[in-house]
Amino acid sequence: MTDLPMPADASRDATKSSLLVADARTRKRNAAEKRFRSYGAAAIGVALVALVVLLSSIIGGGAGAFRQTYLSIPVALDADVLDPKGNRDPAEMSKVLTLSYGRVLDAAVDTAVADGGIEIEGLSDKDIGGLISKEASAQLRDRVLADPELLGTTVETNVLVNGRVDGYFKGRVTMESAEADGNTSPQQLMLAEELKERGMLVTRFNWDFVTNPDASDQRPEAAGVGVAILGSLYMMLVVLFLAVPIGVAASIYLEEFAPKNRWTDVIEVNISNLAAVPSIVFGILGLAAFINFAGLPQSAPIVGGLVLTLMTLPTIIISTRAALKAVPPSIRDAALGVGASKMQSVFHHVLPLAMPGILTGTIIGLAQALGETAPLLLIGMVAFVREFPAAPPEGLFDPASALPVQVYNWTQRADPAFIERASGAIIVLLAFLLCMNVLAIVLRRRFERRW
Amino acid sequence: MPHAKLFLQRRQQVKTFGLTATALSAIALSASAAAARDQIQVAGSSTVLPYATIVAEAFGENTDYPTPVVESGGSSAGLKKFCEGVGENTIDVANASRQIKDSEIEACAANGVEEIIEVRIGYDGIVFANASEGPEFAYTPADWFNALAAKVVKDGAIVDNTATNWNEVNADLPEQEILAFVPGTKHGTREVFEEKVILAGCEESGAMEVFMAEMGDEDAAEEACMTLRTDGKSVDIDGDYTETLSRIESAPNGIGVFGLSFYENNMDKLRVGTMSGVTPSTESIASGEYPVSRPLFFYVKKAHIGVIPGLEEYASFFVADELAGPDGPLAQYGLVSDPELAATQEAVANQEAMQ
Repeated sequence: MTDLPMPADASRDATKSSLLVADARTRKRNAAEKRFRSYGAAAIGVALVALVVLLSSIIGGGAGAFRQTYLSIPVALDADVLDPKGNRDPAEMSKVLTLSYGRVLDAAVDTAVADGGIEIEGLSDKDIGGLISKEASAQLRDRVLADPELLGTTVETNVLVNGRVDGYFKGRVTMESAEADGNTSPQQLMLAEELKERGMLVTRFNWDFVTNPDASDQRPEAAGVGVAILGSLYMMLVVLFLAVPIGVAASIYLEEFAPKNRWTDVIEVNISNLAAVPSIVFGILGLAAFINFAGLPQSAPIVGGLVLTLMTLPTIIISTRAALKAVPPSIRDAALGVGASKMQSVFHHVLPLAMPGILTGTIIGLAQALGETAPLLLIGMVAFVREFPAAPPEGLFDPASALPVQVYNWTQRADPAFIERASGAIIVLLAFLLCMNVLAIVLRRRFERRW
Repeated sequence: MPHAKLFLQRRQQVKTFGLTATALSAIALSASAAAARDQIQVAGSSTVLPYATIVAEAFGENTDYPTPVVESGGSSAGLKKFCEGVGENTIDVANASRQIKDSEIEACAANGVEEIIEVRIGYDGIVFANASEGPEFAYTPADWFNALAAKVVKDGAIVDNTATNWNEVNADLPEQEILAFVPGTKHGTREVFEEKVILAGCEESGAMEVFMAEMGDEDAAEEACMTLRTDGKSVDIDGDYTETLSRIESAPNGIGVFGLSFYENNMDKLRVGTMSGVTPSTESIASGEYPVSRPLFFYVKKAHIGVIPGLEEYASFFVADELAGPDGPLAQYGLVSDPELAATQEAVANQEAMQ
């Protein structure tokens, strides 16, 4: 307590010190305070710089994924190629593979180049055909099969362009790098420039990135996070519906009802221990218990959700118990004093007051679960999934991917365009997290009580 | 706190708990009645993964079957999963960048997976590349052996490898520090690298004979040949080729071991070296001129054909000329198509299981 000011001394020797002139000890204390504040500010500064660097590198790398280059060209749908039998029967027509549609599209680009009077020295057929994405032929096939009457006509088609050409407009590919690249060429890029000048090629906002499923290595331009978002959402639903009620019930019992004996001590230590167990361990457990023993399907959000539930439970229990502990005992005593039963006092008084803390803990637990990849690795969710899962509850058993898994997956692909997609997926994941946190704050505000 | 509000809140609470209980029982109910699986599940080699995804995508687009789910994780991990048993919650197809081992066939049989159809989809080349701004390299397997083996032969005696520059190994190579990023031991690629490059170089340079004379045992001599130095000149990469690439980008002296298709997708960043005077390409690998290549496979669980819809069709779709042929999308991506594809197609059509 030597740091305490000594007003008695100061008033006794009024000539030497005044409140306006700080003496040496006060100056020392003030300096110490100032130093501490600057340390604090510096700590915040370091955290902010790290955040800014992280965000700017992710947004800088991933913003491109939300913009995509499209080519709109008239495509003459050659009935001889696309419906060789000529009977316009969708069943017969479905035997024509996407490869034939690819040739029809190649021919359409050829025509567009010729009609536009574009002449580039050294432009090969491969450059022209390779300009558009391989996804385009699948889209065109679906469109024709849905409406066979289109055959023989010329339809205006909006198609994705190849990832390299798209990368050129985003600055990822340059004329110099194209020179050395076997998958594009400077001539192809010049052709793209010409088409852009004619207004046929536009780079615009790309919702498909959010709604499309994953795509194979040959068409990075078509890959999206649609399945991953659904998968993550389904898993969060499972975690929410299982971990929250179980976790809250367990902590209410432990905190309010359980006798304090050796058994509850053991349980308490184990819960704290489980909170620190590496997540991959839960993956191994999930594989053994849910897939091998219970026979649940692989790659399904239900298994992912169950594994993440196990992982999140300790977090939720610990934070819920802390929240319950923070409710003043006087509230419980008052309730019991006016004749409420133990359960009434808990559910009418303690739980509503602990709600903000419980919600915060739950959301932190969910956010942690949302970003988890390691346990999903073992239960088959780190996979290439293109089919959207059905609506829950059946959809919980369909294969799906998850957002962090999608990031992991894309960073391993050979085509550099997938790096941009991975950063884009991180942005989506961050947006997802932000929504959850906003929800937590809103809910907390609503339940906040003061006493 | 006003009483009415508190009461309302309690009601809300009770309602929430009621809801969760219903949802819980709904999940439990549907869990017991999990619907039959209707999509094919594939796992295995990360080298085969891009080809498998290209095929899966085309299969989903061109047929009425759902797109198969493809996992990676490595050949060994895939085959292990494959051999876990028969039934809907086991995978149907395992991709592998090497042939299935006898021990794996036994493990399969022990778990009831008795009939396995082996399908060879084509060949993959392994290339050696450095950063595009680096010098050009023309290697021989002997250069790689002398640069990376732990023990080399100098003037007829076995000595520890102390070479620090490539031109010490072979005067024709550029004066550049030796730093090689080779695939880690869990990769199928490592086996091919050891056998077709290091061991071949050991034999070519005559070091094998010296080892044989010293150890008297062929296995021990081979082992000695394939032991890589551990003084930091040879770095094991346990991740995949993207990691090797980023290591080269941060260490421009490094030389990495890549799959041909990965190199073809990153030609602007990498400069490939020739091996025994041959530049790697799908053509030179198909003709057998380029020495470092290996076959790629996938394995189908015969017991699942007819149970999992579309499995048979997927296998024959994979090896169809339109996909795996020399002009198909797989060849475009870097697969060296199999000259004996027709025989494979026939075997798949007849569902010939391995003996």
